[in-house]
Amino acid sequence: MIPLTHYLIVGAALFSLSLAGIVINRKNLIILLMCIELMLLAVNMNFIAFASFLDNIAGEVFVFFILTVAAAEAAIGLAILMVLYRNRHTINVEDLDLLKG
Amino acid sequence: MLLQLPRITPLFPEIFVLFMIAVVLLAGLFAKPRIAGRLTYLLTQTTLMGACILTFRFYDTETITTFNGMFIHDPLSQVSTLFVYVTTVFTLAYARQYIEERSIQQPEYYILTLFSVLGMMALISAGNFLSLYVSLELFSLPLYAMVALRRDLAAGSEAAMKYFITGAVASGMLLYGISMLFGTTNSLDLNVVASTTITLNPTMVIIYRFALVFIIAGVIFKLGAVPFHMWVPDVYQGAPTSVTLFISGAPKIAALALLFRLLTTALPSLHLQWTPILIAISITSMALGNLVAIVQTDLKRMLAYSSIAHMGYTLLGILTAGAVGYSAGLFYMISYSIMAVGAFGLLTLMSRAGVEVDKVGDLRGLNARNPWLALMMLFLMFSMAGLPPTVGFFAKLGVLQALIDAHLVWLAVLALIFAIIGAYYYIRVVKVMYFEEPDSQQLQPMQISGDMRFIISINGLGVLVLGLFPSALIDLCRSVF
Repeated sequence: MIPLTHYLIVGAALFSLSLAGIVINRKNLIILLMCIELMLLAVNMNFIAFASFLDNIAGEVFVFFILTVAAAEAAIGLAILMVLYRNRHTINVEDLDLLKG
Repeated sequence: MLLQLPRITPLFPEIFVLFMIAVVLLAGLFAKPRIAGRLTYLLTQTTLMGACILTFRFYDTETITTFNGMFIHDPLSQVSTLFVYVTTVFTLAYARQYIEERSIQQPEYYILTLFSVLGMMALISAGNFLSLYVSLELFSLPLYAMVALRRDLAAGSEAAMKYFITGAVASGMLLYGISMLFGTTNSLDLNVVASTTITLNPTMVIIYRFALVFIIAGVIFKLGAVPFHMWVPDVYQGAPTSVTLFISGAPKIAALALLFRLLTTALPSLHLQWTPILIAISITSMALGNLVAIVQTDLKRMLAYSSIAHMGYTLLGILTAGAVGYSAGLFYMISYSIMAVGAFGLLTLMSRAGVEVDKVGDLRGLNARNPWLALMMLFLMFSMAGLPPTVGFFAKLGVLQALIDAHLVWLAVLALIFAIIGAYYYIRVVKVMYFEEPDSQQLQPMQISGDMRFIISINGLGVLVLGLFPSALIDLCRSVF
């Protein structure tokens, strides 16, 4: 049987990858949205692993809630992206420089 | 197994607000477009006042947990929700004319506000990580949409995008921390987590500390303190002033309640671990907020940096890990949200169709154009700077007192130094209003309607009255802990 640590390492790796993607990515906003989804999936991985190893169903229930909320979040994120594209005609992260000081 | 009906009396305000949201939705859909805006506005204000009365009517001094521990009904939740309603009522009153003149869809605006308020109410009363997460998202998602509500404004949509991404990362971090806590304590209930973490197994401390860092990072994002403050100035500046006004008030109270729930309800036994983290966060917030605000020329951006500094002061009370400090922190946050709503409310009221008041220079000679508004702004600025006899003075005094009681005198001295630095840019606003001549195109007097003058007077004078007679509010905050 695969030990719990392996699952946690995969979860941590996914989480770090998504965080790195958000910080390093300077090109495309859609990649940022994908990274946010990946971050939530990394958390789901953790919850499923713990739920299975602790034999506690609460963790699995939590995953369903995260998935649902993630869908709502993606909907709002894409809607904002559409508004942004209409106004600025770009989805390049580096071009978001109207606000600074 | 017998199905037991949970106690629902503590949830009456939430149920009422949810029901009224449905009513407002239908009213906005079916009413004639000419009256839809006014009708939904009145219904929304009725909802908030009704919820206020319900909370007041069913005020309990003891703690009730219901729905299998999902919902905590205690003085903290009731006092916080009361001030969430009050600040939101003022917010909407200030915002109505602003959004009418800018052809923002009014029913949508009010519905999003109500949904966000419902999320805040549920978040403040959350007793389980599951309800805490879901209500946190219910409270944040409408805010992202509201920032982008002026769809023709490039700055607004850019601010919304930045707010959305940082907010989503914050919830991701919070969730990661929660998953680690769930793994070590085998429970999602805040009280069970608290009783499990009391027996600190030395090998477990490292995991708790790991989880704690992620959880604090998530909450600090929502509060808007250093090092997760990047979104605050951009969102405050880019959002329509009426939305900035909303973001600066009620959500801060809800985020503070979230911090209380996580640190004092769920993880009180780890206070040796979280105190140093909060000390670092509050020092850097006070330093960065106050120093960077000095060079700002955009008034909304300046107030955003000032809010970062104020979050630092609020955390000073909480990091003492004692009841005196907690109540001082709550008092600080309540008085800050009253001041912030007043200051942004004034900016919203002074903005006319096509004319935004958002630069420090726009206030030039305000005393000559409308002396009463200038006087109200003077009270609010003095209160933010912490000058007696305003409420801001007692807020700072309470926090510093708690620090000295906790033998953190060096931190109190540091906080005082930063408060003196911060006073400069508040008093600069007063100087611009009273001692500089208005530009030639701004010479005409500034008119605002009578009922708005009444509301801003309540807000401005309230800051003064609460400063002259602070004991009632202080006692209320003390009774919570």
